[in-house]
Amino acid sequence: MSKIIASAAIRGAYKIVDRAEAEVKRAIDAYGPNRDVSFPNTNYYLPIIYGILGYKVQKLADMEHVIKVSRNLLPPPVKENHHLPYLGPTLDAGMATFFAEELIEAIKYIDNPAVYVPGEDPREDNLWLGAADDVIMRKRGVEFVDGTAPGFAAMLGAPTDPADAEKIALELQEKNLYVYMSANTDGRTMSQQLVDRGVQVGWPTRLVPFGSDVSATVFSIGFATRAAMSFGSVEPGDYRKILIYNKDRVFAFGITFGFVSDEWYANGAGCLNYGFPIITDTPTPQILPTGICTYEHVVSNVPHDSIVSRAIEVRGLKVTVSKVPVPVAYGPAFEGERVRGDDIYLEAGGGRTPAVELVVSADMNAVTDNKIEVVGPEITDVKPGSVLPMAIYVEVAGRQMQPDFEPILERQIHHLINYAQGIMHIGQRDIAWLRVSKQAVDKGFRMAHLGNILHAKLHQDFGKIFDKAQVTIYTDEAKVKEILEKARALYRQRDERIAGMTDEDTDPFYSCLLCQSFAPNHVCVVTPERTGLCGAYNWLDCKASYEINPTGPNQPVSKGAVLDARYGRWKGVDDFVAKASRGTVMTVDAYSIMRNPMTSCGCFECIAAILPLCNGIMTVDRDTPVMTPSGMKFTTLAGMVGGGNITPGFVGHSKYYITSKKFLYAEGGIKRLVWMPKALKEEIKERFDQRAADIGEPDLLEKIADETIGTTEEEVLNYITEKNHPVLKMEPLF
Amino acid sequence: MAEEKKLFADKASQEIYEKACRDSINTVFTKAAELKPCPIGSAGDCCKNCGMGPCRVPEPKTPGAVRKLGLCGATAETISARNFLRMIAAGAAAHSDHGRAVAETFLAAAKGAVPGYAIKDEQKLLAVAMDLGITVEGKETNAIAIEVGQKALALFGQQEGEIAYVKKAPQKRQEIWRREGVTPRGVDREIVEIMHRTHMGVDQDYRSLMKQGIRAALSDGWGGSMLATDLQDIMFGTPVPVYSEVNLGVLRKDEVNIIVHGHEPLLSEMIVIASRDPQMLELARSHGANGINIAGICCTANEVLMRHGIPIAGNFLQQELAITTGAVEAMVVDVQCVMQSLQSVASCYHTRLITTNPKAHITGAVRMVFNDHDALNSAKAIVTAAIENFPNRKSEVLIPKAKSPMIAGFSHETINYMLGGSFRSSYRPLNDNIINGRIRGIAGVVGCNNARTALDNNTLELVKELIRHDVLVLTTGCTAIGCGKEGLLTPEAAREFAGPGLAEVCETVGIPPVLHMGSCVDNSRILIAATAVVKDGGLGNDISDLPAAGAAPEWMSEKAISIGQYFVASGVYTVFGVTWPTSGSKELTKHLFEELETIYGGRWDFAADPKEMAKKMIAHIDKKRKELGIDKARERVLFDMADRRELA
Repeated sequence: MSKIIASAAIRGAYKIVDRAEAEVKRAIDAYGPNRDVSFPNTNYYLPIIYGILGYKVQKLADMEHVIKVSRNLLPPPVKENHHLPYLGPTLDAGMATFFAEELIEAIKYIDNPAVYVPGEDPREDNLWLGAADDVIMRKRGVEFVDGTAPGFAAMLGAPTDPADAEKIALELQEKNLYVYMSANTDGRTMSQQLVDRGVQVGWPTRLVPFGSDVSATVFSIGFATRAAMSFGSVEPGDYRKILIYNKDRVFAFGITFGFVSDEWYANGAGCLNYGFPIITDTPTPQILPTGICTYEHVVSNVPHDSIVSRAIEVRGLKVTVSKVPVPVAYGPAFEGERVRGDDIYLEAGGGRTPAVELVVSADMNAVTDNKIEVVGPEITDVKPGSVLPMAIYVEVAGRQMQPDFEPILERQIHHLINYAQGIMHIGQRDIAWLRVSKQAVDKGFRMAHLGNILHAKLHQDFGKIFDKAQVTIYTDEAKVKEILEKARALYRQRDERIAGMTDEDTDPFYSCLLCQSFAPNHVCVVTPERTGLCGAYNWLDCKASYEINPTGPNQPVSKGAVLDARYGRWKGVDDFVAKASRGTVMTVDAYSIMRNPMTSCGCFECIAAILPLCNGIMTVDRDTPVMTPSGMKFTTLAGMVGGGNITPGFVGHSKYYITSKKFLYAEGGIKRLVWMPKALKEEIKERFDQRAADIGEPDLLEKIADETIGTTEEEVLNYITEKNHPVLKMEPLF
Repeated sequence: MAEEKKLFADKASQEIYEKACRDSINTVFTKAAELKPCPIGSAGDCCKNCGMGPCRVPEPKTPGAVRKLGLCGATAETISARNFLRMIAAGAAAHSDHGRAVAETFLAAAKGAVPGYAIKDEQKLLAVAMDLGITVEGKETNAIAIEVGQKALALFGQQEGEIAYVKKAPQKRQEIWRREGVTPRGVDREIVEIMHRTHMGVDQDYRSLMKQGIRAALSDGWGGSMLATDLQDIMFGTPVPVYSEVNLGVLRKDEVNIIVHGHEPLLSEMIVIASRDPQMLELARSHGANGINIAGICCTANEVLMRHGIPIAGNFLQQELAITTGAVEAMVVDVQCVMQSLQSVASCYHTRLITTNPKAHITGAVRMVFNDHDALNSAKAIVTAAIENFPNRKSEVLIPKAKSPMIAGFSHETINYMLGGSFRSSYRPLNDNIINGRIRGIAGVVGCNNARTALDNNTLELVKELIRHDVLVLTTGCTAIGCGKEGLLTPEAAREFAGPGLAEVCETVGIPPVLHMGSCVDNSRILIAATAVVKDGGLGNDISDLPAAGAAPEWMSEKAISIGQYFVASGVYTVFGVTWPTSGSKELTKHLFEELETIYGGRWDFAADPKEMAKKMIAHIDKKRKELGIDKARERVLFDMADRRELA
């Protein structure tokens, strides 16, 4: 029955290209051909057009070329009898549809700059988020890279029963998928249905309301296109690689609700190009033979209660969902959800009460596995809106357990608890902060469940390194204070030990190839003094990960002979990198930005870049969308550095690494830093000042410029000259 | 003659055949009933290569009796092998001389010396240039075209090394050819060497002879034919899917009917253009006709069908019948498969038989030699002659109603595009669906018609049997035309005739279950398609690994033997029908039917019965599926992140 689909998709493509053409004409008439046009804060122009055609739409006049290309792609309609082959033409029609829709959406931004809400969250007066800017794309892209989110579901329209919308969204969230919502079914939108049912939508909960027009579907596909360019290092215009990258690595699919119009079919045809199959809930025709997608292309008439599992199967995706014995939904999709104001039932920490979290190893005999105990008042003992002190005390035991692993397990508490729907967790150690929502309490969530979560998840993820775990939740103030003191003593000990570890007296280092699912040639080498560029993996994490999974992405890398101590080159590291990068990178300098800086996948927290005029180096973090003195915003820099390529003069790194002794070691360390965003300065101030004091420059941070001082090299140079920044006396970089 | 025997699979031929009988026309069918094939010659047992013979060495009728040798001592094996090789030489020469003519015009066109011809497909020009080892960077299109033309022409006379196109074959295949010493050095040289080796008293070992047969055949398939196809595509456009109609019913009562017949598109392309010329149309009107209708026969038909959707009047055995309708003003012929009898048939009606090629005269026919340096005027003169003949049409005109719709135009480039569009073009969906078993395999069913068997009957039975068993059929030449007449070249045929798996894939892509890939030189397209399947992955490393088979169920031309030989040497199991030209020599036949497979992975076979032929081909396909490990249903593989990291 593909013929019906092909006929409809081609008809739909004509309608959409016609509409785009009219819109472009109207816009040029109204605003002139030279009017700038773009999606907000992105380095990828209109990303589908840029990715597939390599063509930059920057002015309204540029759109005319795209219209021409789209028209040329439109095949003749499918004849009723003795028709010509239509699969290829239909796929072309689908691509023309996306090009046209990007134009339509871009013009919306000109017509009304506030058409979509910038940032991650909808506003009360505007539900629609529109194009994800590069900050969001990078931040969320990292989750695609490391597997926290295996892909996304592009939802078109809305089911008749809003309860179904909620159930399907929840199921997708539980499967860790992003839910991208566009289009409407007879005016109904899934996003609105979710909001009406009190579900939190926005990027943090992975339920993303893109727009109510079908053309908003391009925001999903634009995201996928950018993923291939930014993480897969595919060049714009290398359309085949972009599409195959998506087919192989981005596990996305479309789900449609209700009547499938010609325009929807056209969008569906576009999705097939990317290897994203379509699942419908109505008796549309099907396309079952494989080829463009990994398995079926269109599967129809799937009931709502099985539509998610069917979609995942059709896409060929394996999602391992950990079942956790709690009465609320559980998964990474709920990590970003907030509990606020009237919704709060119980709060602990956050400056209101003492709160602390501690994991310790104990003797095998002293631990009873799965013993969960609440000492002090339970939730049921307090009224809504209460506060309680809290200590989460986890004791683990096992033959493989080492004290070094304690902080690793402890660091898991934050996200593991946050994964529970209706529970918000912030911070760690003695600055932990917990909020439990009324909705969670209604569903039966109790303090004891914190223990259940930690027991179940720590076993699942770290079962190889311990055998038993017991959790005690203290809400009794005296006991909490007791744990707090014990914890602080331990924290100090741990900090001193890890701070004392150096690259010189540690062997082996560890590799991290986690991102090779997205950036096939990138290799991170993690040393005690150089954390992974994502900020998520330090040397101990990698070591633990290796012990847990000896064939996994973290492998010991024996240093071998030291080839260059200043630049951080070791024979063993070079050999490993050459092999693991499949021969694309033959040598790396762990401590330098100038020669062969380490490659990046795309999930760096910060990017450092040289400022030749200042003889110094700047760094900018992912969350700061300002112009930098390098003349590029983070997103532009990221486009240059990512994808596993060596880019002398630029390096991706973690925030934490800035205060390492080995940061820019070859170039003279933090004394080279001349510019950093203000927020980043504040975030790392404590550690930075310490490090600065150690090198005899206690007021270095003040001498470093930020965006409030200047965003050009000249301004930075003036500032550092005025402040007598130590870089002025350093040897020239070149 | 024996009326009970069915002569035709289609009604139109039957209808006109009956008219021919009424009009007392002595057609190929009547002659076939009267003249039986020579039993010794058809078995390959007659040597007439020297003045001491012909020596006839049939198998003795009495068992145990000693078999005769030729006067020189030549064994039945040697004699049979030499005869077989000379068929290859003739076939390869025919295709390659066609290729050479195209190359000459191509070079002249590149130099701008032949108005009317131009470079139509620049993409393909660049691709061909690179295949020929020409650097294209920084060069103008015409400069590239001139180099391509020169290189192409030089290929025919190349004396040493390897012809450039063998590099288009899978790596493993090239290595086999080199190992066996059968990689062609040039086109003409290999044909000449056949004539030399088969001369009295030269190569007298059938295995050695057969190697040269392979070398010459490869110089056809991967040389002359492939060049003909490629250069024609560059000059006239690479075929894209096109709708048209086929069978004698395409002739029009009220229009000037011109039939183009033969093989080369150089002239027919121009006739098509001339027939659309307003002046010509006006001339037609002034002669009482409502238009000019071009229709094709044989491979000229396929060439103009593939590129212009010009309807086809019929295949080889319908050439006399077309004239018998009384509705044909001119039959314009060039080379190959043009029956001499046409002139005697034409003389019974008003039809002008016009021979146009310097190489091909027919006694009594009108001679209008085609000048490619003044192509359009040449064509216009021919069209004018046809128009002027319109008023001479006699009263009894019988145009049968029967004609069938068809979709043609399946070049390699089209297949690549239609399976994935502009952005995902590849053979992946085909490979995937072969691997998952929806498509059981691929069959190339090609070749001629043969008056010793009912027209199209073997072809249609075989093709229907294959597609019913989910085998996708690629077809060319007169076989394709036969399939067209039966309606097998329409997408609707998938539902009616194909097995459920194949039908589903046809529905997905929107294609017929039988794909028309062009004329008989376009069998090179099948080689390229097979190579593309190999290169797309998952089905082995060589053409001989593919679940694929070839057949020529109604062959008659020597070209078919050359084609068969290059398919076998390319690794394809190839079955012929009707008659087998080495059947008199058991040893040689064993070499061709068995031994070759151990060397080349492909072999010859013979089956007179189309059902039997289908069975053999399907068995071979199933054997290959088993060897590839795709004979059983596979489980769906679900990917997690670790699996994705493993993707290189």
